[in-house]
Amino acid sequence: MIRKIEDSLVIVLAGQAGQGIQSIENILSTLLKRSGYNYFSTSELMSRVRGGINSTEIRISSKPIAGFLDRIDLLIPLHNDGIEHLKKRTSPNTIVIGEKDKIDYEKIIDVQFTQIAKEIGNAIYSNTVAAGYICGLLKVNLKLCQEFIVDYFADKDEAIQNKNREAITKGHELGKHLSELDINIEKSHTVKDQLIMDGAEAVSLGALASGCNYVCGYPMSPSTSVLQNMSVYSKKFDIIVEQVEDEVGVINMALGAWYAGARAMTTTSGGGLALMSEGISLCGMMESPMVLHLAQRPGPATGLATRTEQGDLNLALYSGHGDFPRIILSPGTLEAGFTLTKDAFNLAEKYQVPVFILTDQYYVNSRYNTPAFDTSDLKIDNRIIKTSPDYKRYAFTENGISPRGIPGYGSGTICAGSNEHDESGHITEDPVLRTKMVDKRLNKLQLIKADIIPPKLIGNNDYKTLVVSWGSTFNIVNEAVEMLGRNDLALLHFSWLFPLAENTLEYFQQADKVIIVENNATAQFAQLIKLETGYDIKDKILKYNGRPFSVEEVTHEINKLIGTGGNSEKQI
Amino acid sequence: MKNKFDFENKIDISWCPGCGNFSIRKELLTTLEEMNLPKENLVLVSGIGQAAKLPEFVNASFFHGLHGRGLPPATAIKACNPELTVIAFGGDGDMYGEGGNHLLHITRKNPDITLFVHDNMIYGLTKGQASPTTGIGMETPLQVFGVSEKPLNPLALAISLDVTFVARAFSGHIEQTKEIMKQAIAHKGFALVDIFQPCVSFNKINTFKWFDENTYYLAKDYDPYDRVKAFQKSLEEKPYPLGIIYKNNNRKTFEENLQVYKNNKLPLYKNELDIQKVQAEIQSKS
Repeated sequence: MIRKIEDSLVIVLAGQAGQGIQSIENILSTLLKRSGYNYFSTSELMSRVRGGINSTEIRISSKPIAGFLDRIDLLIPLHNDGIEHLKKRTSPNTIVIGEKDKIDYEKIIDVQFTQIAKEIGNAIYSNTVAAGYICGLLKVNLKLCQEFIVDYFADKDEAIQNKNREAITKGHELGKHLSELDINIEKSHTVKDQLIMDGAEAVSLGALASGCNYVCGYPMSPSTSVLQNMSVYSKKFDIIVEQVEDEVGVINMALGAWYAGARAMTTTSGGGLALMSEGISLCGMMESPMVLHLAQRPGPATGLATRTEQGDLNLALYSGHGDFPRIILSPGTLEAGFTLTKDAFNLAEKYQVPVFILTDQYYVNSRYNTPAFDTSDLKIDNRIIKTSPDYKRYAFTENGISPRGIPGYGSGTICAGSNEHDESGHITEDPVLRTKMVDKRLNKLQLIKADIIPPKLIGNNDYKTLVVSWGSTFNIVNEAVEMLGRNDLALLHFSWLFPLAENTLEYFQQADKVIIVENNATAQFAQLIKLETGYDIKDKILKYNGRPFSVEEVTHEINKLIGTGGNSEKQI
Repeated sequence: MKNKFDFENKIDISWCPGCGNFSIRKELLTTLEEMNLPKENLVLVSGIGQAAKLPEFVNASFFHGLHGRGLPPATAIKACNPELTVIAFGGDGDMYGEGGNHLLHITRKNPDITLFVHDNMIYGLTKGQASPTTGIGMETPLQVFGVSEKPLNPLALAISLDVTFVARAFSGHIEQTKEIMKQAIAHKGFALVDIFQPCVSFNKINTFKWFDENTYYLAKDYDPYDRVKAFQKSLEEKPYPLGIIYKNNNRKTFEENLQVYKNNKLPLYKNELDIQKVQAEIQSKS
């Protein structure tokens, strides 16, 4: 039987950690994008360095869609356990390709990646053979493949480059002749020149473009890639990147950096942010700008270290004792990851508040092509002033924001403390001043509202059912809503979470039914919406098994909720 | 003329009458004045505690942060602007207890900052509990059976970590303490000075008289560059040695190791972002 594939092809590579799935994906992402295919990939990993079973989904599409699908069209297990691992996602339509002698699957199409690699000279080339195979299957121009692979191994010696060239060619030849799949996915010229990256890179580039010049952190999945990216940029740009002894040190260092005039960012996951909590509170008292990238993973405690969840919204919302304002952003696309991180620095500087960027494992590890980022208006909103001898760090001003000076620039003294303070920054216990200072700080919440990015409504304005999502689930939920193809259904996506957009309630009041989709157990964003607007979203699609939603399951669950009419809380 | 690091008007200082911190403040103000440090380039950093309040009582820029967390911001401030003189303050609880992990690891970086630890062997601000340097047997409102833990030896710890300047002073000795402070601030690299200081309210054992009787100054010909001998010296108790116990001029500072200053010595805030370079970096992802 020949399977026809026309819109989207889902390839899944499965194998043990260390077997090279990542290498194959690395080769394919840029290569397939440059050949004109819309590309999406996401990985699910076990928390171990070697062994276990990991898988990477690669989705090739005619349209720019970047959501996770459950369906597998083509499964390439590099290890026998891959079959069992992905059993629930395979169907009789799934084509399995692999080394027959190693994989126990009756209908396997035998391709001896390792044997071919050995004939070329070393089993190590098997990943390039596999990448070539997929390129052959997708009829990618062979010359493009050959040129790409040589360039990909540019830092290796010529012999190795040639061996890889041979490997990709052999793989391509075999893939071209696979007759079980008839793939006709349209290529696009515009895709060729687009950017391709993962979420961690989008966040890192946003920081870079906003003049971030001090990054510190303590390694913690899934936030470490941002720390590493910034470290790589520090080879070319004036950035200090520091690995610190613990997250308590991290936030306090970052505060010192802002105090001295740097634009600092921390990157961590839930456990690390919990340790930073007191420092975040200090940020509130000192009225220091701060940017915190929080890549969520399932908790509590160590939880599922390498998996995904949107479970730390409440942590970001409430971290730090005492009352003080903050901003919480959560990008749904790569473009938003870039823009919001860039904006985060300017917002932090403008309002002298902590700004959180909430991503998660799914977001940071998902890679796809995206149109070029708008960099025409790149500007550093540097509001540091040169001080005079009478400078007061916490001077009362009309809007409550005191111009920020730094030591060494001007003749004033910059007094910043964790105690309640007077205008000059010195300790006070005066009850009148205390009240004034609290009001001064909290007033910024009102000011911030002028900059809120409203939620994005996608679909018909006359919707009857409104699906609500936030952060990383955007592409998945958007595709699901689109697939349902109903003109009484619309999606409202939030990338600016707090302070909540003021017109939020209006969107809900118009709907007969509101459904929220959250990758957590307690619908934390729905709780926030209720707190802020009084509106109680009763229909919830929640998932908290450590895995991202798939387009199919969101489609299925929305359909069920629309069909039944009654309220329900669906846990997947 | 009045010391430029003091305030023109009388300020309310919240220490107990007779507290050793008054002497330390006086010694510091004179030291800063005599060193003729530019005031706009001085930053005092501290955590929380009676000692950590000191920056509030000096007319200079300060970062008066969280309990135990003075050293991370101090390190970052110096890293972001090496033109600044950064001095950190804290008590024995603040720096050796709550902030112990930071102290350990910041010694590895060797930032060019100075740390003065006001060591009164007791918790003052929280009213008389044992600190990491309280002697064995001392009864407190909290350690009702007497302290059983071995006191931390900050000097031996510092020398074992190759801290590049390790000294001990006694707040009651104005001239000698000033001299140690001057050398510590002038030293390039991380300098730790443990300053014995009586707590008149809560430590009835380690009093002014006790410190005076249980300390002595290192001999004029003492060689602080011999690490093993310095370590031996740091183990001495009753009497405790005072003076510069260990020095190492051969370690690079944190700021010297930072790549960002290899070609451009400007503090970070003076750098302009090269937008074209950023655009090229973004475009490289195509």
